[in-house]
Amino acid sequence: MSTVTIPKPQKPWKATPRQRIETGSILLISVLLAVLLVAVSPLKGKLGYVGAFVVIYLIIDYVVVRLNHGKSAGVDAFFRGLVTMAIGVAVLPIISILVSVVVRGYKGLHLSLFTTDMQNAAFTDENLAAGGLKHAIIGSILIVATALVISLPIGILTAIYMTEIRGKFARPIKFLVQSMSGVPSIVAGLFILAAIVYPLTKFYSSFEGSLALAILMIPTIARTAEEVLLLIPQDLRESGVALGGTQWRTVQQIVLPAARSGLVTALILGVARVAGETAPVVLLTGGGDGTQWNIFKGPMGTLPTYIWKAFGSGTEASIARAWTGILVLLVIVLFLFGLARFLGGRKVK
Amino acid sequence: MTDESENPEMETHVQPSSLAGIASAAEGKKTPGSSALGVGLEARNIHAWFGDKLALRDVSLDFWAGTVTALIGPSGCGKSTFIRTLNRMHEFIPTAAMAGEVLLNGTDIYAPGVDVTQIRLKVGMVFQKPNPFPSMTIAENVLAGLKLANLKVENKDDLLQECLERAGLWNEVKDRLNAHGGSLSGGQQQRLCIARSLAVRPQVLLMDEPCSALDPGSTLKVEETISHLSSSMTIIIVTHNMQQAARVSDYTAFFLSDGGPGELVEVGHTNEIFSRPKDSRTENYVTGRFG
Repeated sequence: MSTVTIPKPQKPWKATPRQRIETGSILLISVLLAVLLVAVSPLKGKLGYVGAFVVIYLIIDYVVVRLNHGKSAGVDAFFRGLVTMAIGVAVLPIISILVSVVVRGYKGLHLSLFTTDMQNAAFTDENLAAGGLKHAIIGSILIVATALVISLPIGILTAIYMTEIRGKFARPIKFLVQSMSGVPSIVAGLFILAAIVYPLTKFYSSFEGSLALAILMIPTIARTAEEVLLLIPQDLRESGVALGGTQWRTVQQIVLPAARSGLVTALILGVARVAGETAPVVLLTGGGDGTQWNIFKGPMGTLPTYIWKAFGSGTEASIARAWTGILVLLVIVLFLFGLARFLGGRKVK
Repeated sequence: MTDESENPEMETHVQPSSLAGIASAAEGKKTPGSSALGVGLEARNIHAWFGDKLALRDVSLDFWAGTVTALIGPSGCGKSTFIRTLNRMHEFIPTAAMAGEVLLNGTDIYAPGVDVTQIRLKVGMVFQKPNPFPSMTIAENVLAGLKLANLKVENKDDLLQECLERAGLWNEVKDRLNAHGGSLSGGQQQRLCIARSLAVRPQVLLMDEPCSALDPGSTLKVEETISHLSSSMTIIIVTHNMQQAARVSDYTAFFLSDGGPGELVEVGHTNEIFSRPKDSRTENYVTGRFG
């Protein structure tokens, strides 16, 4: 029996040092040319540098690759460059926002933020440790959770109607849902004000705010859920029905479980749509400063209304409070999304 | 029926009673009515439409309990459409329409008031692509039909083992019943799907090209499974693989479409269809000279 010596695993498709130097020099030359261009032209500032760099890099890269490897390789390199730059353009603002929020918000962070509310404190108090976000955190979670409880079943059932039942009204409903997703939040707030608060309850409560948020959430959840359900192979539905299942049992036991992680995405997008909403909440809950546990009673503040009020006060201390509020809102939202992903992604045992 | 000169109309379509004649002519084979499983399934003058388009014209075929019938024919000749009318899956397509009768144990499954879920419990189906339910384990997949149809069984473990054994999968999966169905190979997945259809104890099993996505080894295993099952139920299998039809079936029906709706050209004992077909179109197809 002959023995074979196993060679060391290699990656011959990786860039050689020579190619890396080539790529590196294209980058370097582009940077230098961009600096030069900004110096001699009316282009100004960071944006000028970035813009000049992007254009120059794409041109040089295209020309060099085209000369070395031909036309189609040049076009390929050009679009690869363009896509990479586009990702940069999309991601930069997000990073910039995150950095600003952390840099400006961390000053106001202290433990009492989570144990006190603004009942006995002023936004303009120079001592940032005075007062806290307890009421706003509780309010945000209660309002969004209530809105979610209302809109998740309605949204998913709407999606089931559009994809599974495919009834006569599926098309008009799809059209309505699409147009509803463009409704400005203040309109949803005014609708609840006119339809429920003035004629019926005559009193502000966070439940009414949740109703307005639910109006905003339902289209987002319904559309995302619809797209997710459309991805489930028709085969699975047919198998369920062919095994003697009714349509509802097939949907409930096969289609929905198969779509679970996508439905969690629908939920996340729904929450993301409303977590930062301010206008309808101010309009309908009064945006209170005290801790309010009862969703059917009295004003309730949320993180966005806290931020709105703090910015509105206009002093250095209040603006610092607002940034802290933004930081806390971001962290809570990210935490909840992570949690939802974790729970939704887990395999069913 | 053995004398083709007396039956010129055989070329266009087969009369409902055709199989009885064929069977009596071929002694020693499985004979219709010889088993105690019932009269099986009878399709009478089935037409099927998608929208305005007639896809299947006037097919009448009898399937005897305890036999395997293979449906062969080129793509688009209506074989799949036909078997989907046999368990009322045809109506799952929104534009679908049909005419004709399908008698299961003598009762028309399209009669008004018939509970369609009950029909599908009695007439099971295995699809072309293996499709275990992704959110379920192997055991849950096999027993999914019970939950779907809201059936109660005394001993689920016994049923689970019985179905997996009948599908020829038990020895391969008995140690990992709680693994996901998707962790099996394609051939194992298809046998899992067969086990899944067996759990609700159908009298008839429809198989729509069950091996077309499988390698030869897995195909062989599925065919062995079919042979085992055929003693206890009626099996109707659509296949593009003529060797497969020859290996597993007692009867073979040849479907053809000349660009219009699909039609039944000829049906008979499998060995006769392959060795002495009556219709020249069947002969061209089974000898590979189709065109």
